[in-house]
Amino acid sequence: MQEILPYLINGVSVGGQYALIAIGYTLVYGILRLINFAHGDVFMVAGLVMVYTTTALPMYVALPLVLIATVVLGFVIERVAYKPLRTAPRMSLMISAIGVSYLIQNLAFYITGGVPQPVTVPIPWISENVLLFGQSTKRVTLVTPVLTILLVVGLVYLINHTRMGMAMRAAAKDFETAQLMGIKINAVISVTFVIGSFLAAVGALLYFTNYPSVGITSGAMPGLKAFVAAVFGGIGSIPGAVVGAFIIGLCEELIKGLGYTTFSDAFTFALLIVVLCVRPTGLFGEKVTDKV
Amino acid sequence: MTKRNKTLFTAVVLAAALAASLLVDAFLPSYHIAVQVIQKATVYALVAVSMNLLNGFTGLFSLGQAGFMLLGAYAYGVLTIPVDKRASVYQYFDGGAIHFSIPEIFSGVLGETVGTTVGMLAALLVGGLLAALLAYLIGLPVLRLKSDYLAIATLGFAEILRAFFQWNALGPITNGSNLLKSYPTFSHVTPYVVLAGVMIAFIVLLINSTYGRAFKAIRDDEVAAEAMGINLSRHKRMAFVISSFFAGIGGGMMAMYMGTIAAAPFKSSLTYEILLIVVIGGIGSITGSVIASFLYIFSSEWLLRGLDSGTFLGINAPDIFKNGFRMAVFSVIIMVIVLFFRRGLMGDKELPDLPDMIRNGIRKLRAPRRRKEAGK
Repeated sequence: MQEILPYLINGVSVGGQYALIAIGYTLVYGILRLINFAHGDVFMVAGLVMVYTTTALPMYVALPLVLIATVVLGFVIERVAYKPLRTAPRMSLMISAIGVSYLIQNLAFYITGGVPQPVTVPIPWISENVLLFGQSTKRVTLVTPVLTILLVVGLVYLINHTRMGMAMRAAAKDFETAQLMGIKINAVISVTFVIGSFLAAVGALLYFTNYPSVGITSGAMPGLKAFVAAVFGGIGSIPGAVVGAFIIGLCEELIKGLGYTTFSDAFTFALLIVVLCVRPTGLFGEKVTDKV
Repeated sequence: MTKRNKTLFTAVVLAAALAASLLVDAFLPSYHIAVQVIQKATVYALVAVSMNLLNGFTGLFSLGQAGFMLLGAYAYGVLTIPVDKRASVYQYFDGGAIHFSIPEIFSGVLGETVGTTVGMLAALLVGGLLAALLAYLIGLPVLRLKSDYLAIATLGFAEILRAFFQWNALGPITNGSNLLKSYPTFSHVTPYVVLAGVMIAFIVLLINSTYGRAFKAIRDDEVAAEAMGINLSRHKRMAFVISSFFAGIGGGMMAMYMGTIAAAPFKSSLTYEILLIVVIGGIGSITGSVIASFLYIFSSEWLLRGLDSGTFLGINAPDIFKNGFRMAVFSVIIMVIVLFFRRGLMGDKELPDLPDMIRNGIRKLRAPRRRKEAGK
């Protein structure tokens, strides 16, 4: 138990960070039926902005700036790359998403010179070490799950009890009818991207506190894993994404603990394929029937 | 243009391509950048066409290409490394588990030159067949999935495969996370051009057959195709297996071109790159994929090199033209094509349609001018 414990603690923490990214996927997929391949890269950009701002500015300016920059990026991506393709086939939309991901990675390569940027000024307080069940760990491992759950509760309230939330649910149910009922669909989609990017930025702040540096492909793997979490939990469902993310985070760390680090990524994809084949709607997803 | 003229035009273009590659071999040394570029471009062309067969002609959005290429590349390397070099290549795994080399077996029977070539081709074929076999197995569960789920599941399989090839326990065969090297390669461009050309010709013949028409029917409307008596799962599986076979062979050729094999280059970003080439060329056009591959490799490896190294078109600005600028410019161009020229270079037109397309293009360019003159 003593040997497994640090991995368990880490798993819960990583799971929380995946959950924050996974919500972005699940919200966007719920409305646009699009796997936003660029979401992982938005997460990476948040990490890079954090590295740059925290070295140049005091913490109370830098952190809000990271959140704002990421939200703006998410908003711009949607307006430039996805909005013109509203009526296009879904394949074009997905190709556009892959193109955006490629663009962001290449721009990041150009700006950073391809060198992973070291996290020199980690966020104070949460990067301090604390003792937990006799194990030394950073405080961020404790903060992450709590913060994740608070944000999720807030989001669920927003979706279930506000006008904007109602519009989002309507758009997810039936895009065209919602439009006919006078819902400003473009505004709803923008808000979705803003929320998704905001949560990804929070996730990035927590995630990269635990890592020595941010590279241009740092976002790809967490992004894909968060997507798997969203599918696992039932895509379109927020609690599903959160539960899925925690399960994946825990399993991944346990596999590392058992000494199969090479397969910790492969496991996630194996899980994805099993879920897709056995229960494509995921843990909490609604059953969808295809109409001709 | 009449059908006969079209055939003639195609034949002339293909003959010219072959003649050009023979000329390049005759006059340029094998380390010349043109040789490198053509070799890489033919490999990309083959893989792009194989991806187009799946994504453009059958409508199956699969992102597993890099995984099948990885398999083809490793199969080629493992089977062709000469026996006496295995001890140094597999130095951490006691000389490896395999103690034969296909080209050497063949050269024992057919003589040095012919035997080695036949052996190399056989190894490529084995790579392709392995990829096809794996595709068959993966296809059983995965091909039931729809569009984006299929994409993410195939992407996942490619990543799993990559993890297996880096696993130390398989080291005696795959050399774990170390490089495979010292295997025989073709140093000229003609073998690449001929190989890729023959493979692509196979795919063209397939697309023009009844099977090809069934694929297109599935792409256009699955339900209608099924109602017309097309066996959906059988045809989908067939397209997937054939596409993977050629991706496997493309992977083997990629190994030849690169000279060393590691699992790292076969990441999902390789698949994305090839997908974007297919999009630039036009989803559903074989010719488009080939042209786009050559354009892409030519400009990224050669023409736009200056964007990365300080001087471009005579402008010297090392602060802007620094490492990575080339790819940044490239990805912006790709986004413009994805957003505004969704049909790509060729749309769904092929090589025989090219003269007509050019003629129509010129007419269109002239037309507004004539109207303006009439208005005056």
